[in-house]
Amino acid sequence: MDDRFRTGERVLVSLPDSPGHHRAPRYVRGHVGTVLAVHGRHVLPDDVVARMAEPHVEPVYAVAFAAGALWGAGDHTVTVNLWESYLEPAEEGR
Amino acid sequence: MSEGHHHDGSIAQQVREVEAELEASGIVSAAELEAILDAMRTPADGARVVAHAWVDAAFRERLLGDATAAIEELGYSMHGGVRPQMLVALENTEAVHNVVVCTLCSCYPIALLGPSPPWYKSEAYRSRVVREPRAVLSEFGLELAETVEVRVWDASAETRYLVLPLRPRGTDELAEEHLAALITRNGMIGTASL
Repeated sequence: MDDRFRTGERVLVSLPDSPGHHRAPRYVRGHVGTVLAVHGRHVLPDDVVARMAEPHVEPVYAVAFAAGALWGAGDHTVTVNLWESYLEPAEEGR
Repeated sequence: MSEGHHHDGSIAQQVREVEAELEASGIVSAAELEAILDAMRTPADGARVVAHAWVDAAFRERLLGDATAAIEELGYSMHGGVRPQMLVALENTEAVHNVVVCTLCSCYPIALLGPSPPWYKSEAYRSRVVREPRAVLSEFGLELAETVEVRVWDASAETRYLVLPLRPRGTDELAEEHLAALITRNGMIGTASL
């Protein structure tokens, strides 16, 4: 399966607010970042924790966020590793 | 755990008791633990990699391109754990400073640097460095010029980071092993310059 996102693409961290384990820090949820690189393909921790017999394997992306967007202040970036199913394409203008 | 085994003892005491339980139940042997401890890396191992990257431009390129593969040239491996890990080297320059954290737990390049320092696991460091890295770095004694771009990297179980610090000025004549002696653990996490 091809990677859904490409380097440089803007992505929105969009997780269902469902019970269970998600390997995404709360502070990036609902925020838009930029894909820097693909950091391999890995089993989805959500599935592992749910003890699924055949957990999904997905690309994991290094996504950079502007501090100003995350915290309302700061001129740095924070880069977080996020599984493909945590992400959707960001709408234009975000 | 059965009743009567609740402890408020020191961490060291608790670890010894867990170790004894694991050995008694046959989950690990003393010899296996000994072998793991013997193979434990220290910051000196990371320093060897950094010093080599400083003196060998081709190795530096390979390290920045694919650190997981490049460190194998020096006898290190990210594949010793339960799951393979990816190592990513982050290049500090005059214009960019990188610093590493794990906000969700304490992911760290143990396979290269050994165990992480206690502060790396502290809630204070983990919650603050993503929000106000310049202030945190300042408390470490690292004052960055405002023109230097700060990049914070939130590590994960799958991806570990190694900061490739700037080579100090005036070290052009130093041999590789002497350069390695200048490289600190905090320098490779990004909470210090060299």
